[in-house]
Amino acid sequence: MTCDLCAKNEATVYLTEMIDDQTRELHLCEPCAREKGKETAKQFAALGAGEIPELLGGGLAELLAGLADFGTKVEGAGAKTQPACPRCGMAYEDFRRVGRLGCGNCYEAFRRYLAPLLKRIHGSTQHVGRTPAAVKPQAAAAASSPKEELGHLKQELKETIAAEDFEKAARLRDRVRALEARMKKGKSSG
Amino acid sequence: MTLSDLIQQTGEWLRGSGPHEEIVMSCRIRLARNLSEMPYSHWATQAQRAEALKRVTETVQSSKSLKGSLILQMKELPEVDRQILVERHLISREHAAPSDERAVVVSEREIVALMINEEDHLRLQVLQSGFNLQEAWGVLCRVDAELEGKLSYAFSPDWGYLTACPTNVGTGIRASTMLHLPCLVMTKQINRVLHAITKLGLTARGLYGEGTEASGNFFQLSNQVSLGVSEEEILDNLERLIKQVIDQEEAARKALVQRSREGLEDRIWRAYGTLKNAHLITSNETVELLSLIRLGVDLGVIPTLERGLVNRLFIQTQPAHLQKLEGRSLTPSERDARRAKLLRETL
Repeated sequence: MTCDLCAKNEATVYLTEMIDDQTRELHLCEPCAREKGKETAKQFAALGAGEIPELLGGGLAELLAGLADFGTKVEGAGAKTQPACPRCGMAYEDFRRVGRLGCGNCYEAFRRYLAPLLKRIHGSTQHVGRTPAAVKPQAAAAASSPKEELGHLKQELKETIAAEDFEKAARLRDRVRALEARMKKGKSSG
Repeated sequence: MTLSDLIQQTGEWLRGSGPHEEIVMSCRIRLARNLSEMPYSHWATQAQRAEALKRVTETVQSSKSLKGSLILQMKELPEVDRQILVERHLISREHAAPSDERAVVVSEREIVALMINEEDHLRLQVLQSGFNLQEAWGVLCRVDAELEGKLSYAFSPDWGYLTACPTNVGTGIRASTMLHLPCLVMTKQINRVLHAITKLGLTARGLYGEGTEASGNFFQLSNQVSLGVSEEEILDNLERLIKQVIDQEEAARKALVQRSREGLEDRIWRAYGTLKNAHLITSNETVELLSLIRLGVDLGVIPTLERGLVNRLFIQTQPAHLQKLEGRSLTPSERDARRAKLLRETL
């Protein structure tokens, strides 16, 4: 398969982009993947996520290369090396075989694989709606005002990018955008 | 209440009344919930499944909202009884398959049903007659809130209620309406309508849910997405789209009556004649013909018939109900004869 961007080189990197509710899948060659990494870093920087675009650019390229390696490992004998859920012992391969998770903790254990899947199924990776009464006080305490919540989210976004957890960063970015949009809407109507 | 009492009575959802009852036979909302710290039923050991069953059952027994409900252990039920529960839409076909540590809780008038250890530890549903999603949601919220106070559910602030299948995660809600759309089928508009609503985030299924064919012009329409949208938004969206489908069916009915009243009445009366006089009739033919006489009731063509009676016949003419009525297992051809007899006697 040739690269979706330059249409010249062989695509070795498979990238799923999550922007708002849209998921886009790209097959890229390595030079284009590196460029793409830099471009994404700029978008994060524009959101006020910190002045670390270079780190992110480098990090994303590495991540993409890692993903490409990972792709071949899954096909081969390396599948066994994937971690199983520490609580119930289900391996990601088991999930792919039976189509059902083993326990609630599997969602954390397989987060990096499940996030893109959930995005494809539901168009979202963030729950809104009812929360059990026992969980509510914690959630309310975590966000006393939208402004405060935005501050927390941006801070968490910075930390997540620094830790190179880009899937979580993408989710946080979407939450920042959604919250900013809500706050804007609240202001203009109020 | 026992299972025999249950079979004697008519489920609330078959009453044939409620808003838009001529087109919306029933509506159903279900919530998927799981106990925290416990593996899901399919991945659990028998001892763990037994523990989950015990915990949920004890909670149900002490609950106010499910007081007086019937609790049935699936392994204690003969095959025919399990099929009866499927035919009455109280359990899924999967739940009826032979397996240990499964149960179902059925409330009075079959409004609330709770499957224990199906795909998720709890599958809680409310079934109502007509287009009554708000009322169904009210009932469901009360039962869910009470159970939630006593059981610790698997929940994540990011991903909501955690479910065995990622397609149900988040709100864990599936809201569906059973629509009777004979005139959209007759005027060949049904595919266009179903195609459009699928694009708008709904799923269309047959009379008995997932993996079943549409028969008797019945279509089950439900929400697809359960994560990233609140329960209220999901219900509002479904309600809005279903209203449009109702409008389309009403327009098709009007057009057919205007264009070919005689032809339509002829089909309805022929259906009535066959159902009243046949001595052998298959389940499929029965459903197709009952669909026509249900339309006849709606259009006032058969004024002597009551919609609730026609609704009940859809269920009572199903294989397991016939065998229960006869008190023994019947071969397919014996069933066709018994079905025809029941229809002759009732109509």
